[in-house]
Amino acid sequence: MTTQGVKYYQVGSRAVGNRLLDPALRTEQASLERSNSLNSGHRACQGCGEALAARYVVDAAMRATNGRLVAVNATGCLEVFSTPYPESSWQLPWLHSLFANASSVATGVAAALKATGQDDVRVLAQGGDGGTVDIGMACLSGMFERNDDVLYVCYDNEAYMNTGVQRSGATPPAARTATTQAIGLEPGNPFGTGKDMPRIAMAHEIPYVATATVSELHDLEAKVERAMSMHGARYLHVLVPCPLGWGSAPADTVLLARLAQRSGLFPLYEAEHGEVTSSVPIRGQVPVEEYLRPQKRYAHLFGDPPRTDILSRLQTIADRNIARYGLLPEEA
Amino acid sequence: MDKPFAITLDVKSSLANHTGTWRSERPVYVDGLPPCSHACPAGEQIQAWLYAAEDGSYETAWRQIVNDNPFPAIMGRVCYHPCETACNRGELDTAVGINSVERFLGDEAIKQGWQLPASAATTGKRVLVVGAGPSGLSAAYHLRRLGHDVEIHEAASQAGGMMRYGIPTFRLPRDILDIEIARLLETGITLRLDARIADLAETMRTGHFDAAFLAVGAQLSHRAYIPAGQAARILDALSVLSSAADGEQPKLGRTVVVYGGGNTAMDAARTARRLGAEDAIVVYRRTQVQMPADELELQEALDEGVRVKWLRTITQVDEGTLKLEKMQLDDNGVPQPTGEFEELAADAVVLALGQDVDRALLDTVPGIAIVDGVVQIDDAMMTGCDGVFAGGDVVPSTRSVTVGIGHGKRVARHIDEWLRHTTARPPNQLGTRTPVAFGQLNPWYFNDAPHAMRPRLDLARRTADFTEVVGGLDAETALYEARRCMSCGNCFGCDNCFGVCPDNAVLKLVGAHSYAIDYDYCKGCGLCAAECPSGAIEMEPERS
Repeated sequence: MTTQGVKYYQVGSRAVGNRLLDPALRTEQASLERSNSLNSGHRACQGCGEALAARYVVDAAMRATNGRLVAVNATGCLEVFSTPYPESSWQLPWLHSLFANASSVATGVAAALKATGQDDVRVLAQGGDGGTVDIGMACLSGMFERNDDVLYVCYDNEAYMNTGVQRSGATPPAARTATTQAIGLEPGNPFGTGKDMPRIAMAHEIPYVATATVSELHDLEAKVERAMSMHGARYLHVLVPCPLGWGSAPADTVLLARLAQRSGLFPLYEAEHGEVTSSVPIRGQVPVEEYLRPQKRYAHLFGDPPRTDILSRLQTIADRNIARYGLLPEEA
Repeated sequence: MDKPFAITLDVKSSLANHTGTWRSERPVYVDGLPPCSHACPAGEQIQAWLYAAEDGSYETAWRQIVNDNPFPAIMGRVCYHPCETACNRGELDTAVGINSVERFLGDEAIKQGWQLPASAATTGKRVLVVGAGPSGLSAAYHLRRLGHDVEIHEAASQAGGMMRYGIPTFRLPRDILDIEIARLLETGITLRLDARIADLAETMRTGHFDAAFLAVGAQLSHRAYIPAGQAARILDALSVLSSAADGEQPKLGRTVVVYGGGNTAMDAARTARRLGAEDAIVVYRRTQVQMPADELELQEALDEGVRVKWLRTITQVDEGTLKLEKMQLDDNGVPQPTGEFEELAADAVVLALGQDVDRALLDTVPGIAIVDGVVQIDDAMMTGCDGVFAGGDVVPSTRSVTVGIGHGKRVARHIDEWLRHTTARPPNQLGTRTPVAFGQLNPWYFNDAPHAMRPRLDLARRTADFTEVVGGLDAETALYEARRCMSCGNCFGCDNCFGVCPDNAVLKLVGAHSYAIDYDYCKGCGLCAAECPSGAIEMEPERS
């Protein structure tokens, strides 16, 4: 008799919830009790990956802390679209800092809470890639070095989007932005520039560093949960596709995040005290073209003739990630 | 003005900002037509009963099936399951084993003693059903549910038609057949056996019938002229099958040749093996591509050691030997003789060249038109004779149990409308709607899971007797198989839309597994539709 035990719920166990799944195994986003930390009415673009990720992350952190959470927000898209004075979409105590100093303000909030004996209230700082990788990096490095009790979340949409899509230190090679035009022999953002912020964070040997995307919700929530179970400086880097800056369809936001992960260009892993402890294997690897082609910021690679030389350099980056983080383990 | 320095306005919520005004397209929940239901000749709502079976609500699932088909245990054994051929999951890994889940539910119903639904209030109308085969029984069941008084007249001594006399017991054990027919009759249907009708009008007059349904089937084996010597043994497949079904052991000899390429030929060859033939050879004049037999049944026959001689016709039968002519397909796929002959040793030849309708009764009905040996009917399945309907194998269509059951259901609706003088209902939607295609799904969310194979008796045991060949699923495997359904075009409550909306504009309704879109805030980004695993959300242009 050839049968297989019921290992998975066949339908939708990768989905947000599922009526057949034990409620404990469903995501927080499937729950009617989720905090909806970032409420309706915010002014993010259609299909905004950052708005989605912010709710995913903060709701998960709210659950992990029983709602005892304060958020500090760097200047950037997330702050601009969520809080045009005097309206706010946030449903938790929330502070807006300068562009550069969200991590320092969060350090101060944590210190104040400690000084006033409110040890159970936890602190989350968040910002975009500009505020994290470029403008706020010195403050963030200090926060890491002092091991302040803050979870810092970077929502990485790979450029300065709300000011008009200018290049940031997180913009990937060959991507067109307002400041890296698709002209010349090497169009778009030059190769060999930019910063790998999760690895910079790891170099500080802080308790916890992880990467996540809006397409892998179960994984993202588990990482927030893990981060909130620890104290000290923690860093979460979330890839958030941006329909405006990437020139992609609003409905493709989750798909693009998934393709970024499946191509190997955005590896999912977690690290503790500077060592990688786990990575998410790629299910169904795709060539980088599949991820790049739907995005207008890479349109110049798919002209006539296509820039196969540049595509192969980008594929090399993906292959290096796959090797570095062991994303394609040998089939058992 | 008791506000801090430089603060002039009260804090407000962004809920005041109705972002729904940005929308140019709106998501709407749809109930698409799953390809399985579209392909089902009996019109079963397959996705709906698999949904019920997924959480172990087997009785609910079974009740959903018997809405359309009163014979789940029979169907789970003999149906050639076009639903599985159409199943979108086939493009991901392998099709959902719909047929085996149906059989599990049918067997479960027998085990638990579930009864068919009660009939509607009586209408006082009487309907005569001629023939107790699949379509006659199905029609009687649906007519009875609609409140009509139904009487079935069957010429044979037992009900079941081809299910009893044409399908071997190793595919359909007779106890299963008996139980499901008895359960159907218990809904209040009168069955008269050994009641061959000589004159339809006379029977209708004396029995005070308001309408009649002719489901007499096609039981005459098609004869072909083959020159044969005096001692040649030539039998027809239906008589071999029916005597084997009656428990007799017709002597066929050690080498049996079956002539034909349909399912009856396969059944006859497999039966011959069980009756002691060491060699059962199917002779078919075309190739496997043109063969009308179901692929699965051909495979099972080959597994049991049946051999097939493709592109051959029988030109002469003598005692112990046959003369075959090799054929060759022309450009139109029609076999043409080549003039090359070969000899084949055979103790008996079984002809399985198709079946013809017995016209004896039909010719007594005024106005009925018979073209190419089958009865012509209109869109409402009525013959040229007012109030006389026909279906099953006597009308032009594919001949199978499932098709017959579907005809029974459809004709019951038409007879009901005719009796009530209601205007025709809108045409069956199945015909006009397009089934959900694989491309409309988001299969990323489904786990890869191989088809749970039905346990099979090992081959050696299979040919030794008439034990049922294909085993059933156990509860765990059936549940596993049901959960492989991708629920094409229909929400199954995965919460993806609720989760992936960046604007919290999808509301999850408490108590039900259902959702609503909050159009005050929905910006129309389309993420919910794109990430819906089953394609149950569509984007519609916003009316300006």
